This record gives sequence, C-alpha cells and structure tokens, in this order.
Amino acid sequence: MSVPTIRDKLAILSDAAKYDASCASSGSTKKDSKKTGGIGSIEGMGICHSYAPDGRCISLLKILLTNFCIYDCSYCINRSSSNVRRARFSVDEVVKLTMDFYRRNYIEGLFLSSGVIRSPDETMGEMVEVARRLRLEEKFSGYIHLKTIPESSAELVEKAGLYADRLSINVELPTDEGVKRLAPEKKPETIRLSMAKLRQKMEEKAEPTLRTKKRERFAPGGQSTQMIVGADKTSDDGILHTSARLYGSYHLRRVYYSAFSPIPDSSSALPLQKPPLMREHRLYQADWLMRFYGFSQPEILAGSSDGMLDLAIDPKLAWALRNRGQFPVDINRADREALLRVPGLGTKVVAKILTTRRHKRLRLEDVGRICQSIAKLRPFIIAEGWTPGTLTDKAGLRETIVRSCEQLSLF
Amino acid sequence: MQPAELNLARYNVRLDSETDFAGWRDAARRLALNEVGPDDINWSVAIGSEQRPGDLPAVPSGAQLVVPRDFIGRAETAFCHSDPSRFAFLYRLLWRLRIEPKLLAIASDPDTRRLEAMEKAVRRDSHKMHAFVRFRKIGDGDDERYVAWFEPDHFIVERNADFFVRRFTGMRWTILTPHASADWDGERLAIGPGAAKGDAPDQDDTEALWRTYFENIFNPARLKVKAMQKEMPKKYWRNLPEASLIPELIAGADKAAKEMIARMPTEPAPHHAKVQAKHWPKQDALPELDDATTTSELREAAKGCRRCPLWRDATQTVFGEGPDNAKVIFVGEQPGDQEDLAGKPFIGPAGKVFDAILDDAGVDRQKVYVTNAVKHFKFEPRGKRRIHSKPNAGEVQACRWWIDREFALIKPDLAVALGATAALSLLGKAIPVTKMRGQVIEREDGLRVFITIHPSFILRIHEPADKEAERARFLHDMKQVKALMAT
Repeated sequence: MSVPTIRDKLAILSDAAKYDASCASSGSTKKDSKKTGGIGSIEGMGICHSYAPDGRCISLLKILLTNFCIYDCSYCINRSSSNVRRARFSVDEVVKLTMDFYRRNYIEGLFLSSGVIRSPDETMGEMVEVARRLRLEEKFSGYIHLKTIPESSAELVEKAGLYADRLSINVELPTDEGVKRLAPEKKPETIRLSMAKLRQKMEEKAEPTLRTKKRERFAPGGQSTQMIVGADKTSDDGILHTSARLYGSYHLRRVYYSAFSPIPDSSSALPLQKPPLMREHRLYQADWLMRFYGFSQPEILAGSSDGMLDLAIDPKLAWALRNRGQFPVDINRADREALLRVPGLGTKVVAKILTTRRHKRLRLEDVGRICQSIAKLRPFIIAEGWTPGTLTDKAGLRETIVRSCEQLSLF
Repeated sequence: MQPAELNLARYNVRLDSETDFAGWRDAARRLALNEVGPDDINWSVAIGSEQRPGDLPAVPSGAQLVVPRDFIGRAETAFCHSDPSRFAFLYRLLWRLRIEPKLLAIASDPDTRRLEAMEKAVRRDSHKMHAFVRFRKIGDGDDERYVAWFEPDHFIVERNADFFVRRFTGMRWTILTPHASADWDGERLAIGPGAAKGDAPDQDDTEALWRTYFENIFNPARLKVKAMQKEMPKKYWRNLPEASLIPELIAGADKAAKEMIARMPTEPAPHHAKVQAKHWPKQDALPELDDATTTSELREAAKGCRRCPLWRDATQTVFGEGPDNAKVIFVGEQPGDQEDLAGKPFIGPAGKVFDAILDDAGVDRQKVYVTNAVKHFKFEPRGKRRIHSKPNAGEVQACRWWIDREFALIKPDLAVALGATAALSLLGKAIPVTKMRGQVIEREDGLRVFITIHPSFILRIHEPADKEAERARFLHDMKQVKALMAT
C-alpha cells in the first residue's frame, strides 16, 4: 500500500471527527496578536467561517490526531472492531495544517480529538504537544479546543488547560447503563470524576496566586460535553435531567446534543432508525430555557404524558399550553421573569419591551413591531387595548397557533 | 414623483466619501443648530469636491446640540450602510431627537426600528466579512504576502480593518474590495482605493486541502440546505473556494446516506481481537463486600454502591475518613457540593467550621473518624448551583448498611450525631435534635450516641451575634465530646 498523503489523512481524520457536534469558538477570553506579533485572535463572539450542506457551521479545524482506537464503542465510527480506513497525523502535520488554514482565514482555530492508542497518557501527551507547539513556537493566539481523555494524568490535564481555550469530555450517552451497554470499555464513573476535577482546577486557577497575585491561565473557555440522542431509549426528560445535573455539578459551558447518525460499517447494537433532526433542535431549545429563561429542568416537561418534547411546537409554547393558568401576562406590567415565559418572546425582545414601556404603554401592534410575529403570543398577553378573553383557554388553541405559524412561513 | 427630485432644498451638503462620517456630523451640527429642517437639505457624495466653507451656516455662538450618548456610535455604524438615503435619514433622526430625547429607547417607533435594522445589516455584513474573506498566498520567504478579494454589501472595509490587524499581525496582507482596500505591511495599516477581482491572485495550493476538509466534515445523513444558506447566502459563494463543491455534495448526499444505512454490519476488523486481548483482559470480580476487614476495603466496596438511586446524580460515593482505631465517630448528614467533587467528607464550608471548632475544643481531627449518614450528595440543580436536598428516610435506611459496617470495624466508644439525619440513622427513629442537644443516648447495643446540631446550621445564621452564640454552644458541645472520649 502506498504511503498516504496529507490529503488522504485529512480526508480520513476529518471524516472521523464529524460526529462531534461542538464547533464553538466562543466563550474564551479576548486576545490578539498585536503584542506578540504572531497570528491569531479571539474576539469574544465566535466566527463561523463556512457552512456545510448539513447546516452545521465550520469554525474550527476539527480533526482527530489518529482514528486508531483501543475502545470499541458501538456508536463510534472509529471503534476498534470497525473496518474503517485508519490514519495518523504527526504533531508537525497538525501544527502546519492549522497554521496554513488559519493564515488564509478558513478557521478560528483547532478542535483536536483522538482515538486512544496504546495508553491514554501517550495520546493525550501528543495532543498537548500540538497545543504547546502552536502557542509557543508558532505564537498562535487563535482558539484551541482539546478533547480530554478521561483517564489521562493530572499533569497532562494541567498542561492542556494552560494552552487550550476549552477542554471537553464527552459523556456520550445520557445514562450510565447506556454507556455500559454501548461503550463497554468506558467508565461513566471516571468520566464524572474527570469533569469534577476539571471544575476544581478551573476554580482553583480562577483565584489569584498568592505570590504573583495574577490568575493562572486554565481553559478560559471552560468545559463542555456531548450526548448522543436516540442511540438508546432515554426520553427527552431524562436527557434534560442529565444536562441539568452536568451544568450544576461541573459548571459546563455547553452540553451538545447530537442526533444519532447512521455511520458506515455500523454495529448491530444500534437502532436502524435515526431520530428526527427536529428532536435535537427541540432539546437545544429546552436547554436554552434552563440556561437563559429561568426554567427549572423538571417543569419543562411536567404534565406531559411521555416525557418527550413536542416536535411540532417549541418547548416554551408547549409548556405555556400546559400551564394556561399562568396566562395572560400583562406586557405593560409583568416582571422580566414572567415575560421570559411568554411564548415567542426571546431575551432580547423582553429587554426591548422593558425599556420601551418606561416611555409608553405598549399596544399589541407595538409588540408586533418589536418581535417577529405575534401569532404565538397573542393568546398569552394583555396589552393596551388587547385582552385575549377566552382565547387563552380555548380548546384547539395549539392547532390554531400551529396553523397560523405555518401560514406565516409560506409568505 | 418625489418633490426631492426637483431639488428644492435650501442646502446641498456634499460629503467627501461614502464613509465621511466626520463631514456628515459637522454639517448636521451646523444645520440643526440653525433650525434647518430635514426637507431643506439635499445630501450627496461628491468625491474630491470639498464643501466650501460658506456653503453651510456657522454654529451660532454658544449654541450646543445635545443628543443621547449612544446616538453618535449608533449613527456611525448605520452610516456604513449602502442605502443612499441614510444621510437624510440620520439627519431626520437627529432632528427628532432634539424634541424626543428618549426616541431611541422606544423600540416600537418606525425610525428607531429602521436605525436598528441598518445597524444590524452593517454588523452582519462585518461579521460575514470576518468569516468569508479568503486569503491567497503569493511569494515565499521575505516576499510572502496574503491577498484577498471580497465583496461586502456595505461600506465596511475601514471599520473592519483593525480586526484583521489584530488577528494577522504577523503577516503581510491586503484585502481588496470594489469600494476600498486595506493593506497591512506588518507595521502600518493603509486604506486605499477600490480594486477589481482580477487584481487578486486566482489560486492557492492550500485550497485543495481546504476543499478536502469541507467535503469530509460534511455529514450526508443530515442534509439541511436551508440552514446552510441562511448563514452562508449564495451571494458569497463566488469568492469561497469551497463553495463550488456544494451542489455535488447535496446531489450525492441522499445516495451516500442510503449506502451507509444499507451496508450491513460487517465482521470485526482483523486487529480487533488482538486489541481486546491486550487492552481489555477479562477482569476478576470485585472482592466480596463482607470480606472487608479495614475501612479502606470498605471504602473500595462502597464505590459502586447502588443501594438507593442517589448515585445517579452524584459524582462519587463519599465514604468516611479517619483511623480504624478511632475512639469516636462523627456522623454528619450527607456530602455537599465540594465533598462530592473531592470524594472526601467535611471539606466544604460546613467542614471548615467543624474543623475550626474541633480544634478550639482540643479534639484532634486526625484521631477521629468522620462520616455521613448518607454517602451520596442529594441535590436539585439550579443553573450552575446545586441546592442541597434532605435525604429521605428510605435513603437513610439504605445507607445504614455502610454505617453499620463502619461501626462494626472501628468499634468506637462514642458516636456523635451531627443533626437530625445522623440521629435518625444512628437511633433508627426521628428525634427532636434541638431539644435533646447535649444528651447522650445509649443504644441497645451499648453504643453511646451524643446528640448535637449539624455545623452547617451555624453557617445559615445571618445575625453575627446569634452566629457567635451558636458557635459557642457548638464549641461547648465539642468540649463535652472530648470529656466523654476520655471516659
């Protein structure tokens, strides 16, 4: 067999990396190259440099160092029993590829992950070496996200945090039973402990040191994780329960949901059907409700029959329809918390309503001008000259709203 | 027919360039302070034909134009918009602001909305420029330079140049657009005139690699063309080296996805058996729990405890700690946030209070055994915090299995129940702790149980004097414990 070229390896090792949903290049501290004279900056808001036809943004060069792996996780294309083509980048090659892409403004940085070869420390060591070379030898100030191998040593994790903006450990599946069944060599206990250690380290480094009074750098972009949705039977309520636990326990910046996607050379342990992509979208919306809208996890699906999010309507509307007793909300009087619970009102719109109503009483038309559409919110609000009357409690309200939203999208 | 076309305006303002915000600002100030209404001004751009000083009225002496603080910044952003009527619009906004200073806070006003929409369009265009500029390398070594051709919708080159300086400081680069160009020689930024696409290099070898990456990072099983086009509209495609791949990727996606599903699961790869044998040899079963002869063995056995459902949400079992020959065992309620992360009991805020008071009482924590009635943390997540929940009787009962074994191995002279949950666990029934505080209850098996509060109770008192009093009472209790240890 001929020696694979860089292009061959890139094809294999990017194909192998695409099942990781995270592509975020945000959430880290701002920095630029004006002082160092090097290359790279982080501007606070992430930048998506391209979009693939799967609708996912391409922000980082997302590759594996190698797709050889001693683990045999059945949902993973790189599991040891898979017949997929294998390749391995050298540290040099990854550093050069990252810099070549970054200089041409193709990417915000690097998201490096890897199959585990020989031992966790050996693999983690090479990943950390890539990050070290980028920072110290190439004077690179762009974004670096390193996937952390849960079993790797504390010193390596410490170094990884020194060079990387974000670290992540995937929980993979929402329950420990799921992990044990589909990823028999992975230990959910170890994954939890590793996340706990990352949180402790981040909190420790957030304190100024006694000697220099400065904060040491440790993964300023925090930690994140990914859960595969639809590979096991966990309900949305169960998935959100796990997310709430992870946010609370380990202070994750993000939990990514990745709808289980059929993979080539699939394992027979997996379902043949893929979950609807809409399920993934609804989970993200519900996740937002927990993080930015003041909802506690249990109330999002309280009162639903099967613990699943409604695929046809967004989770906030579904919640409002189940909790009509809390509506209508007076747009001119209600506090921020109550406004955030009105279907169709996002955080920005709520902020605008709060400023505007200090100067004038809002009519339904005014609200319509501030937000995109009032089809969803009419039954749930009182405005100057508008009360929904019996509309709020009407049977068939769900269908009426769904229909009017659909008609809107036709125009 | 619009009356403006008859050009009845009293004043003609000629701006130096499409981005001459300073010129607009100066003219607007003079005109507004001379009470010239929006209908009496005709705005235009006339490059190279400078405004003659006499064309516009002077600012009346002592007159001041007061506008809301954020107006200038917002107007400057909207000024970059390509809409030719923006000069007149911004003047109209200024005109209204003199009388309606809160106008910009009224999000439902049509002019405020238009300003917002213009700012948004400029910001989006800027963001897309940051994203979609593609440099091509020319030359090598000292002659190495990076050149890009980009076609923005609005006049944003000047506004965005500094972004590229911050990011590509260590490179020499030029961005060419139809309206203007920006050039960085490694030390100095220069804004120059517009250019043509042909002025930029037409290829770069690295683009082949970038296209390979684009093709392979795409997942054909989840085609979402609309989502892609919403964020990367077709108008940008002609300058993106990867975009010409899109049609064939879309066309082939369905087939590729179906092939993936149709392919039957295959036999394990040839190396798989070897990997399994080498890295995952069949493990010996865990040691039998009842075999434990030391607390460390017991701790090991408790790691996998599934006697109640609390393990699900917790990080780990937090087992007791202390010497096997301890004379006294302190029993708390359950581990908290910090204990759950570290796997050690009494190290969080309540543990610190406890340690300090033990020290004051002259009890050496190294010589006592400290544990909890329930060994997993029970909590409700609230955003980034975990709110402690009280373990229920069933959970306490389930965990007695471990408490009993800890006591059986250590055989202490005395147990200290810190709070109601500990008392419930040790005595098998609920007792009023505050009433019975300081008492010693002898169990049927002869174990003496000293009753007191949980140190977290002290933390929850806000009034400093009350807090101090409670601390003193707890110290008194600990001194009693020390005295009891000696008997």
